[in-house]
Amino acid sequence: MGSGRLYLAVAAGGFRRYATYRAATVAGVFTNTAFGVILVYTYLALWDEKPHLGGYDQAQAVTYVWLGQCLYATLAIQGGGAEKDLMERIRTGEIAVDLYRPADLQLWWLAGDVGRALFQMLGRGVVPFTFGAVFFPMALPTSVTPWAAFVVTLLLAAVVSFALRYLVALSVFWLMDGMGVNQVLMITGIFFSGMVLPLNAFPGLLGDIVRVLPWAAQIQMPADVLMGETDPLGAFAFQAAWAVALLAAGRLLQSAATRRVVVQGG
Amino acid sequence: MGERSALLEGLRAYRLIAGMWMRSSMTYRTSFVVTVVGNLLVTGLDFVGILLMFSQVDSLGGWSLPEIAFLYGLSVTAFGIADLVLGSMDVLGARMRDGSFDILLVRPAPVLAQVGADRFALRRLGRITQGAVVLGWALVSVDVDWSAPKALLVPVMVVSGAAIFSAVFVAGAAFQIFAQDAAEVQNAFTYGGTTLLQYPPSVFGKDLVRGVTFMLPLAFVNWVPAAYVLGRPYPIELPRWAVFASPLVAVACCVLAGMAWRVGLRSYRSTGS
Amino acid sequence: MTALDGVDGADGGFIELDGVEKVFDVRKKTGFMKRERRQVRAVDSISFRVGRGEMVGYIGPNGAGKSTTIKMLTGILTPSAGRLRVAGIDPSRERTRLAHRIGVVFGQRTTLWWDLPLVDSYRLMHRMYRIPDARYRENLGRLVELLDLGDLLDVPVRQLSLGQRMRGDIAAALLHDPEVLYLDEPTIGLDVVSKSKVREFLRELNTERGTTVLLTTHDLQDIEQLCKRVMVIDHGSLMYDGPLAGLHEAGESERTLVVDLERELPPIDAPAPARVVRVDGPRQWLAFPAAQSAAPLVARIAAEYPLVDLSVREPDIEAVIAKMYAEQAERAIS
Repeated sequence: MGSGRLYLAVAAGGFRRYATYRAATVAGVFTNTAFGVILVYTYLALWDEKPHLGGYDQAQAVTYVWLGQCLYATLAIQGGGAEKDLMERIRTGEIAVDLYRPADLQLWWLAGDVGRALFQMLGRGVVPFTFGAVFFPMALPTSVTPWAAFVVTLLLAAVVSFALRYLVALSVFWLMDGMGVNQVLMITGIFFSGMVLPLNAFPGLLGDIVRVLPWAAQIQMPADVLMGETDPLGAFAFQAAWAVALLAAGRLLQSAATRRVVVQGG
Repeated sequence: MGERSALLEGLRAYRLIAGMWMRSSMTYRTSFVVTVVGNLLVTGLDFVGILLMFSQVDSLGGWSLPEIAFLYGLSVTAFGIADLVLGSMDVLGARMRDGSFDILLVRPAPVLAQVGADRFALRRLGRITQGAVVLGWALVSVDVDWSAPKALLVPVMVVSGAAIFSAVFVAGAAFQIFAQDAAEVQNAFTYGGTTLLQYPPSVFGKDLVRGVTFMLPLAFVNWVPAAYVLGRPYPIELPRWAVFASPLVAVACCVLAGMAWRVGLRSYRSTGS
Repeated sequence: MTALDGVDGADGGFIELDGVEKVFDVRKKTGFMKRERRQVRAVDSISFRVGRGEMVGYIGPNGAGKSTTIKMLTGILTPSAGRLRVAGIDPSRERTRLAHRIGVVFGQRTTLWWDLPLVDSYRLMHRMYRIPDARYRENLGRLVELLDLGDLLDVPVRQLSLGQRMRGDIAAALLHDPEVLYLDEPTIGLDVVSKSKVREFLRELNTERGTTVLLTTHDLQDIEQLCKRVMVIDHGSLMYDGPLAGLHEAGESERTLVVDLERELPPIDAPAPARVVRVDGPRQWLAFPAAQSAAPLVARIAAEYPLVDLSVREPDIEAVIAKMYAEQAERAIS
């Protein structure tokens, strides 16, 4: 199909664009590794104090840390993916050009962001994760099935992550300034994705709430699927449901925004 | 021009340029308010994380919550001050790539002062504020037998810590001259450093503690003096006077960072890149 | 020649360069991890004098060494070799002292504060350069009048047009009464009206106030209208230094046909008076009389050579330089 090829090309473009920032990638690997080391020690102390916190043992907690560092840039947890460019295009009005492109706006940006995520995963994520696996005890599966399920859950996580950021970015149509929006993205991303603490270690009602929010699809779900802590099919369903809901919301908002652009003449 | 007058010139230029950036940010008033609040929240998330941990446990690495809040408050306040003063130095690489760095070199003011004041942002007061609030809470809740030297160490830690982190920012800027695209590396030392110091040294491996004490002496921001104030053993053997050594370490760091900056600037002026 | 009018340094120049060189170590990527180091001579032993009150055009193709020279003159870069003085000051050693005596305008980079009213940037200059209050008011008044900035002072810089911003930048560079003004492509991207305003102002600045002006440009008209003296730099060397007249004749009577062939070939055998003036790999430059149509020449080349692309250039700096190569070559033969 012709359009499938188009989005594939857009994704490849996203991949290549980030692949050109080589020094920045190396710098990012270094920083993620450093943060990983710091977090691992604090988690080890925490799990030392309270073994089986959130149902994890120490090795699982360590695995969670390195997975978080691996997915930090991949899923643009605190922003900085396709939505950054999208916001800039909305702010400058260049978005009007995109609207006339014979392609679906949302899919176009999704493809680009998936390409970016793939590069960030390979370029920035794999090395800190491997570093963690070599120097700290990790709980990694030895059979193929969990790894295969992990790949699926990662893909779904990438879509949920994009759909969230896309939704937030569209708000710039009404706010005309991305600073505040970026802040919101950053705070929610770091906190609700479980970068601070695994969501399953959150106490009481707060824990019950954060575990059903869409951000739970980003790190917690892939981590649990990889370590066999949850039923993969249930995780897929959870992620897919949020992906569909958020993409649909994005579409609704997008059509409202498009009408606005057309009415105002850009 | 003597060293002293160069310093005064630098401070003057810094004030002038920082003033311009402050005025610039005020032109987008709503954004300004939003980012101040946002900064407060973002930087506060670390402490929320610590609180979450303590909702599950009573101590971490053998330290109580007020004790860790003491470390946190010192680390974040000191880092916040350095971040407010020099936090935008990571735009240096971008300025070199787009050529606007050259403009700073034709102005009659020390380049370091101009780079330091670049993108000066008052919203960074958010971090200092929440760090100071946590420190204040820690000071009243921590179980310490306060003596004059212990009380004196608190402001000394904040000031020396701010100077040590400032030195890290300057060294990071010098590094960017050689690796313009690798600005993020300094995040590992700045943001990574302040995160590390929020937790007790007993949590970390001895080699890491040794590195942070002797090689990149971030431990003197709070760990070493705070361990004394709180009456906690420091994981590695140090002479007694080390608990009061923070100002000296800060001066040494600043001198070294200043030298690194000079080398970097000289290299830029001879290679143009 | 007015080169010796304003005696300044010991041997007669306000700006003096003696055998100035700038060598860069360039590391080029040749593979994923492989890098090749080589030295690039951006400026290769340049010597010239510019007297106080002169207005000199400094021209050459991209990458010829113009910007590198300006960066050395302003103290941004340190020369690799040679002696360089501006107003008796060694720019690389006394950068800040020199800064008070020079003004610099980078054509494509503004020094103005983007989000603030234009006048705020001037207030910063006032204080940063410690300009006495009375002098600042006088200079600002004069510059505002001459550069027609009256209505723009309270406008945020981001709302200014390119031409307005350039005028604003020029004023910013002159508030502290510099003795020499360096302009890097001051008219690039400007519309015709803005260009002529800028030129008119520079002429006045030079004649009325005696400010020494050194400007780099791609626009031959800038030079024609402003400079009595021109220096041409290419491949890091000074190719020409003299009155405009000589260059003017050389450049204007001929147009250039730039021909891209499939591969490197010996110079195209073109019918006289057209002739090849420069060969660089598969690209060749042919000069032909400006009055003559290019069509027959193009037809002939297309018929006999593996043509990839071609373009006709009106007389410009590239053409002037190409012509100079031709003359050099002729001289070498005779």
